[in-house]
Amino acid sequence: MKFLFDRNTWQEIYGSIRKNKVRTIITVIGVTWGIFIYIALSGAAKGMDNGFEEAFETVAINSMFAWAQNTSMPYAGFKTGRPIQLKLGDVQVLKNRIPEIETIAPRNVRGFFGTPQANISRGGTTGNYTVYGDFPDFTKISTKKIYDNGRFLNDEDIEQARKVCVIGERTQKELFDKDEDPIGGYIRIDKVYFQVVGVHKFVPGGGFEGDGDIFIPFTTYRKLYNTGDDVMWFSIAAYNDADVIQVEKDVKAVLKNIHKVHPEDERAFGSFNLGEIFNKIIGFSKGITFLSLIVGIATILAGVIGIGNILLISVKERTKELGVRRALGATPREVRNQIIMESVVLTLLSGVIGIILGALVLAGINNATQDIDFPYNNPTVPIPLVLAALAIMVILGTLIGLIPAQRAVSIKPIDALREE
Amino acid sequence: MIEIKDLHKSYKMGSNSLHVLKGINFKAEDGELVAIMGSSGSGKSTLLNILGMLDEADSGEYVLDGIPIKNLNETKAAKYRNKFLGFVFQSFNLINYKNAMENVSLPLYYQGMGRKERNEKALKYLEQVGLKPWATHLPNELSGGQKQRVAIARAMAAEPKLLLADEPTGALDSTTSYEVMDLIQKINDAGNTILVVTHEEDIAHMCKRIIHLKDGVIVEDKKVKQVRAADYVQ
Repeated sequence: MKFLFDRNTWQEIYGSIRKNKVRTIITVIGVTWGIFIYIALSGAAKGMDNGFEEAFETVAINSMFAWAQNTSMPYAGFKTGRPIQLKLGDVQVLKNRIPEIETIAPRNVRGFFGTPQANISRGGTTGNYTVYGDFPDFTKISTKKIYDNGRFLNDEDIEQARKVCVIGERTQKELFDKDEDPIGGYIRIDKVYFQVVGVHKFVPGGGFEGDGDIFIPFTTYRKLYNTGDDVMWFSIAAYNDADVIQVEKDVKAVLKNIHKVHPEDERAFGSFNLGEIFNKIIGFSKGITFLSLIVGIATILAGVIGIGNILLISVKERTKELGVRRALGATPREVRNQIIMESVVLTLLSGVIGIILGALVLAGINNATQDIDFPYNNPTVPIPLVLAALAIMVILGTLIGLIPAQRAVSIKPIDALREE
Repeated sequence: MIEIKDLHKSYKMGSNSLHVLKGINFKAEDGELVAIMGSSGSGKSTLLNILGMLDEADSGEYVLDGIPIKNLNETKAAKYRNKFLGFVFQSFNLINYKNAMENVSLPLYYQGMGRKERNEKALKYLEQVGLKPWATHLPNELSGGQKQRVAIARAMAAEPKLLLADEPTGALDSTTSYEVMDLIQKINDAGNTILVVTHEEDIAHMCKRIIHLKDGVIVEDKKVKQVRAADYVQ
């Protein structure tokens, strides 16, 4: 190992690599390309991974939504096509019958599913916004970031049916002056005055909500819009260890039972399972990561084999030189080490260039994806993976270098020096 | 210095065996300048290769400066070559991407000498062959005679016991040939033992002793009056 730290060794290697610049460059390109592909692909995959993770950050992953539609089968004396209406009372039944449920948040909305948006006004400004009627429990399923000094709806708001609301960033911008504190201010929702208690920060990627949404207490909503016990849909979160797909089936079964729907009627209730979707997306991004690993390693391998190939040719070309070195006293071991070191140095050099290029491209991607509405964030390759790639290249470089090195050693100096 | 007894060497060519050296005996003392002559196929290059430890004899004894040379593995042979022998080749065999100084210092590198020390030594030997101003030139920037002088400096740099020159003037015109022989004679004058393989009569007569090989045996071994190459060099 001593020869590794000997400056002379490196001078010899540098000398022979420098000798043929064009060939060295072409050789290097192979491995550089491989490691570049590896870094760029796995970094890009990681960015997508981060993006998805960020998009789902605000939502409980083992959560689902359930809503009612029309029946498609006659049952218990009811004819087919009967519209079903979810009721507030369903909540307790669901909770009692399905122990895996952690939270149920019944929700209503103005502005979706055929209902018009609410008319909001403040002073001379008016606009149409989506208004949700919500329970505080809703934040356990989908967190809402509230700006300083504000709060989300609480239990007392529900009990007393207070006329309070949480508004969105855009709502604030459009209804309030720039340096005006919206908290404590009043806005009119469909001609009823509401006091603003909080402003929520909009995080993109979580369903159909937007940055102008207004949340009011469920109890106030039902008074305002005269909806009684009607619920448009349930947001349901299961406990972490529960199988959310089974919970989804159970919820539908219970709802069918309550609303006297045929147990095999698949159309009466709709549902959407975030856990399943999330697993699919995570699986997809895992697949992409795995693919980039395979492609990267295969390309690196091809590049390293290229280096071995070039060195093999180079050894043949340098037969005479190696013969001279042997005649001047180079031992077979010294010749072998030199060729292997040339291989390792070439591999490492190309690897480092590839890593730098890959990092530059990732930085470029990062800049380009800063402001677009796509789940993409911070494309990086973890340092241990980079180091592992370098280690693999040293090992591969050594292994592939063994072939030309063995060829070099097997040349007898007498044959190498024989005059043509 | 050199003692060879009953040296035999044959090469296998398919099913045939080619007997190249058929019992060579000779001795060379310290400070001798010996020319080995013979037509092609006479075995002179084979003999030189065996003397240079690039090849091994089938049978017979070879003693160099009291050290029996036998049963060499490649590593040991390399060490012996490095320590005991200097080579000069017909086609110079300089390494074309190294400058004159680096070429001369190469055997010193394999001796494990530090860079500074070996470059100093290389410059000293380049000065002796009159090429110090060309130290940083690459071989392709030198003339044939200059290349051979660099090669001689390289062979001498390791201070070998024996200098082996295989047709050192074979690729040179007669003027430069004489210059190179002048250099070889001067090195010999300084007390070094030198063996020159040649097929040119005039070159052979610039040595002190001529051995004629024919069909693998020594047919003539005579001392000659040395012709000084300096007489032909302007």
